[in-house]
Amino acid sequence: MALDQRKTDFTQVGTRPNRPDGLDKVTGKARFGADITAPGMLFGAILRSPHAHARIKHIDTSKAEALSDVKAIVTRADFSDAIKPAPGLEGEQWNVLENVMAGDTALYDGHAIAAVAATSALAARDALKLIEVEYEVLPHVTDVDKAMAKDAPVIREGAADYSVPEGMHPNVVRYHESGHGDVEAGFAKADLVVEEHFVTEATHQGYIEPHACLAQLGQDGKGELWCCTQGHWYVQKNCAALLGIETSQLRVTASEIGGGFGGKTTVFIEPVALALSRKSNRPVKLVMSRPEVFRATGPTASTSMDIKIGMTADGIITAAQGTFRLQGGAFPGAPADMTAMCAFAPYDLKNVQQIGYDVMSNRPKQAAYRAPGSPMAAYAVESVIDELCRKLDLDPIEVRLKNAAREGTKASYGPKFERIGLVETLEAAKAHPHYSAPLKPGQGRGISCGFWFNHGGETSVSLSLSEDGTCQISVGTPDIGGSRASMALMAAEVLGIPYESIRVTIADTATLGYNDVSHGSRVTYASGLATIKAAEDAVAKLSKRAAVKWGIPEDAVKWEDGHAVPSGPNAGNFDPMPLAEITRDMGKTGGPISGHFEATPEGAGVSFATHIVDAEVDPETGKTAVTRYTVIQDAGKAIHPTYVEGQFQGGAAQGIGWALNEEYIYGEDGRLQNAVFLDYRIPVASDLPMIDTVIVEVPNPGHPFGVRGVGETSICPPLAAIANAVSAAAGVRLHALPMSPPRILAALEQQRAKTG
Amino acid sequence: MSTKIHVSATVNGDAVDYLCDPRETLLDVLRDRLNLTGAKEGCGTGDCGACSITLNGRLVCSCLVLGVEAAGQEIATVEGIAAGETLHPLQQKFIDHAALQCGICTPGILVAAKALLEKNPDPSETEVRYWLAGNLCRCTGYDKIIRAVMDAAAEMREAS
Repeated sequence: MALDQRKTDFTQVGTRPNRPDGLDKVTGKARFGADITAPGMLFGAILRSPHAHARIKHIDTSKAEALSDVKAIVTRADFSDAIKPAPGLEGEQWNVLENVMAGDTALYDGHAIAAVAATSALAARDALKLIEVEYEVLPHVTDVDKAMAKDAPVIREGAADYSVPEGMHPNVVRYHESGHGDVEAGFAKADLVVEEHFVTEATHQGYIEPHACLAQLGQDGKGELWCCTQGHWYVQKNCAALLGIETSQLRVTASEIGGGFGGKTTVFIEPVALALSRKSNRPVKLVMSRPEVFRATGPTASTSMDIKIGMTADGIITAAQGTFRLQGGAFPGAPADMTAMCAFAPYDLKNVQQIGYDVMSNRPKQAAYRAPGSPMAAYAVESVIDELCRKLDLDPIEVRLKNAAREGTKASYGPKFERIGLVETLEAAKAHPHYSAPLKPGQGRGISCGFWFNHGGETSVSLSLSEDGTCQISVGTPDIGGSRASMALMAAEVLGIPYESIRVTIADTATLGYNDVSHGSRVTYASGLATIKAAEDAVAKLSKRAAVKWGIPEDAVKWEDGHAVPSGPNAGNFDPMPLAEITRDMGKTGGPISGHFEATPEGAGVSFATHIVDAEVDPETGKTAVTRYTVIQDAGKAIHPTYVEGQFQGGAAQGIGWALNEEYIYGEDGRLQNAVFLDYRIPVASDLPMIDTVIVEVPNPGHPFGVRGVGETSICPPLAAIANAVSAAAGVRLHALPMSPPRILAALEQQRAKTG
Repeated sequence: MSTKIHVSATVNGDAVDYLCDPRETLLDVLRDRLNLTGAKEGCGTGDCGACSITLNGRLVCSCLVLGVEAAGQEIATVEGIAAGETLHPLQQKFIDHAALQCGICTPGILVAAKALLEKNPDPSETEVRYWLAGNLCRCTGYDKIIRAVMDAAAEMREAS
């Protein structure tokens, strides 16, 4: 796409105004997923499998149906592959349906089996207890290495695609290999080669708002759905397919969303609520409980990884090789390719090879979680680089600078980088007072780099002007962390009107063209680009109207600071005309003035971050305290710097939880052991220090204002940075996350036994 | 099914009456019977603090209180924090400091922070962090929240 030359002299972009939805959110008025009701509404509840793997032999709903409070019960028979026998659903949509409601087999603890709609939430839960399910329990596997072993139970025959080499276990369903050069020759040139094995556990996105929706679907195939989601067009498309109705007949409105981080990019309960509504002919509200969120929505993949890196004595990486096994749960789709491609992306490598395996097991289907795959890969790779630096007695930032990818570098995953900002983040890290601050005894310092691709995606934005010169913008990407503010700032910049004169609305699926999900750090980039272009479209029309009023040619008007200004030899002599004067008379000069833009922008621009962290390990208990944390990341251009900082800080905090505490714990029976926040403990305020941030701005050539995505890159470095800090503090390296107190204590005791 | 019980209580200064199932939580009563959806259910087990309210001035998770237990009590929720059109200093500082991203934890944190400042108008950063340790936020990393609470406390001390 041809873009304008980049703008750098901003008047509004880069300022920090209050967010437009702030008041609603501090007064409790904002309407989230579970906050809406409809007349005659029923409450839904879902029966879930208590087994990790079991054949469903028979479901008897008669006792539940006999209750007067119960208005509908649905099972798999109420979805489209059953009600529309041929051709049925294929590919990913079949997987989505199978996950939403089990077919012949329950594939994980928590897999949905049946659902009830009743007159109250308590009545619905009571009714679930009366549904009788006869299971034949099957052997299960919940560990990625075991799931690849020869004798592992097969989750689903025939799920693997063409990419998988012959001879692999049927649970290996996707295979990725990329790289360039000759790694063996590279290792031969190294003065030191380090090869290590790492594992990470699955972690949950941990948004505080459980999934919730309110569905209404009639026998005529027309419906409405209100839900908390990162992408309501995706919800519309998939629900329509699963229910066997026409997409356009289902109008989906996104509520305010209480966090997502990738976990609200797919559907879980929405098709179930629609099926219950169709059957009962009443609106149905369905809200997940927290244990349901943990058991049946997307955690990340767990991993098993082997990393081998060779380095010369002066710190040049001669070769790098990685093998990444990702456990994606009971369906294909673990980000094995992303993990492999991100692993070595920060470095300019002559010889590099990465291999990824997507492996199925009896766990919930993994979902995207902030830069899917990249944090785990960075943990393994950056730990090995840290180990090389220690053994060769080299400064970790200097080594990374020596090997850093720059503009023109051939990326480990293939293409050449355009303008990127990794070196700038490393230089800023080196210069930051944190990096040279003295450490107390028992403390260690770690650093790590991280990389994420960022994303464009289908985007449509409409903007309309009012007679009083104010503006309203309809965007299709749910505001998950302040994007209304960014959109308003970008439009204000182009139109030259105050930020406060702009209202940003998250449009529903009936009022705007298709919009891709709020994921891939795409919103400020793609919706922002579309907002700028829509505003420019409006500016062109405004200029034309001014020309009409002045009676001069269209091309004799330019737009400056919110005013039409005559320009050029044939323009004549007129005072600048403010936007509000043009809109006041727009009915007389040609009618309403609006701007529109739709495209699939492809210049997202990759981004990099460098994190510095200090950690203190208690040798008696193995407990780690993070004592200082600094995030340095390239934002391209920070539209609203405060919210950029917030993304940086939030990513770091989630990374701290992942590194130190959070994990899915499975019992021998294949059931999740810690499906509540008390046992799956995300960081609380007293676990964390203030998190310092440095915003680096190396403009993205693919965006009119230079924006790169910021939401995901911030979680790429923390796992490794903390692992490196813990390793420095404890004097022992851990090869498994989370580095919980028992794991650290065991490593310390092993070390003590070794050294006597 | 079960017989419902008649309860009278006060919410944000207003007298209310409701019928509820003896198993129903106060959170469900507030949200589903009184249409006060400011308090959020994040966990249902008292671990996340999103449903924080005060009951006779004491900070509680409303998901751990039964609706029937509120009989005769004074309930305060996020909807009652602002005085008419004037925001409480905490609310204003949360907006000014961008101390919210998705905003789902915000009502609970505001109620909890208000309870802290009523008890201790001059808390240290550590005291704020420990007091709010029962309120989970997954977006912000807490930095801006802690700053907003400290700033509101300072402003309220000056004003008093």
